[in-house]
Amino acid sequence: MVKIKRSLLILLIGVLCSVGVFAKSNKDIVLATTTSVRDSGLMDYLIPTFESETGYKVKLIAVGTGKALQMGRDGEADVLLVHAKPSELKFMKNGHGKERREVFHNYFVIVGPKDKQKMSSVEDALGKIKQEKLNFASRGDNSGTNKKELQLWKENKIIPKGGWYIISGSGMGATLKIASEMQAYTLTDMATYLHMSKDLDLEIKVGKDQSLLNQYGVITIDPSKNKYINAEGANVFMDWISSDKVKDKVGKFGVEEFGMSLFVPDRKN
Amino acid sequence: MDYIIQGVSQALTLLLKLDRELYSIILLSILVSLSATLIATALFVPIGVSVGLRKFKRERLFEKILFSMMGVPSVVIGLVVALLMSRRSIFGFLGLLYTPGAMIIAQVLLVFPLGMGLSYKLSKFQGRKIKNEGKLLGAKKKDLLILVLKELKEELLVIFLTCFSRAITEVGAVMIVGGNIKGRTRVMTTTISMLNSMGEYPMGIALGIILMLLTFGVNSVVYILHKGE
Repeated sequence: MVKIKRSLLILLIGVLCSVGVFAKSNKDIVLATTTSVRDSGLMDYLIPTFESETGYKVKLIAVGTGKALQMGRDGEADVLLVHAKPSELKFMKNGHGKERREVFHNYFVIVGPKDKQKMSSVEDALGKIKQEKLNFASRGDNSGTNKKELQLWKENKIIPKGGWYIISGSGMGATLKIASEMQAYTLTDMATYLHMSKDLDLEIKVGKDQSLLNQYGVITIDPSKNKYINAEGANVFMDWISSDKVKDKVGKFGVEEFGMSLFVPDRKN
Repeated sequence: MDYIIQGVSQALTLLLKLDRELYSIILLSILVSLSATLIATALFVPIGVSVGLRKFKRERLFEKILFSMMGVPSVVIGLVVALLMSRRSIFGFLGLLYTPGAMIIAQVLLVFPLGMGLSYKLSKFQGRKIKNEGKLLGAKKKDLLILVLKELKEELLVIFLTCFSRAITEVGAVMIVGGNIKGRTRVMTTTISMLNSMGEYPMGIALGIILMLLTFGVNSVVYILHKGE
């Protein structure tokens, strides 16, 4: 009996200690982001510097933009880094956010099989894909990229439906792999694509079309939602990521490896 | 809190309305996991039981390897199968990646060691007794295995159900090799995981309810069979 009691006691102490270790302290910031900033490696590049400069710890939750905004609405995150401008503006209008700043942008690209098919613009590409029933892999996950894709179909008055339209319901990385395996077209952010391109049997079909602009924004969450929101930490993060010094750092990301900035800083704020 | 209550009520509506997408996901889950478990069972029952009946050299080592394989993580299986089946890999020519076929293969590999370990153990501890009794009663050598299988059929059914439970509840392997493609490879677990990352709860809750009922159902059958011993 004594032995059992003692081991139970030790177990209890162990559990309490681990709860203590894992509990949220006010030095923790919950940052909900789109998967592209994680999958491209940008967050791994920035967060250690942020943590050592400010003493905060970032809990990065990389999900689709839809979920990130939902986490904001539910007060589950302190700050968001997302890329779906219309949804973001609506989010601000409904009073879920305290402040929104545009920090950097890049371009979406349409990628597809390495074949002779030439596509001159988004309009041309989407038209050909629909007409010739070329496989197209859609994220279908409410993410910023998915919202953008659906918007593009809508703008070109095409209803994407049929056996050629593959809905992966997965993140960008997984969808690119599916596109490569099935030799399908897909809309992707440049950063994730370049990061993975050596493992993909795909090439860029349409790039730098003005309608493919991909704007990233930072939003701090309205702290009156609940008492767990770390408003101070969120502000520190927003100020930090929109400072000139960090923007320079962001502008340099990927240049060495890919010969171009994966994320182009926005200078006017 | 509201969104949970709302989610649950919308989930019930989907279930009662016999929502087509919802039920095709449920059907695919059952089809994939059932065929995987059947294939695995057809392999591990004869192998596991007959190996268990025998005494052989290095038995301890064999058991050590077998029992550690029983808990092989599903994502590792998924990763291995995906690596082998991708277009530039050895089995790429089959074109199986991101199809239900690949999901079945992954789940066979997942539950085979589990079923093999369990039926080996069963056969070693109970099958050997039955075999000896059979011998004493003068059964022929070739009939002994069939005798053991007959005597252990309830326990083997329990093992089958345990494997099915493992298969239908796992998410790692089917997510990787299936790719969660709508209308093609989307099963209950991958859909729940996806819907959560989309921040959309009703269908996720509906599928969660079905998955729970299914595993509860299977496990209560297991319980009843155990009690009958």
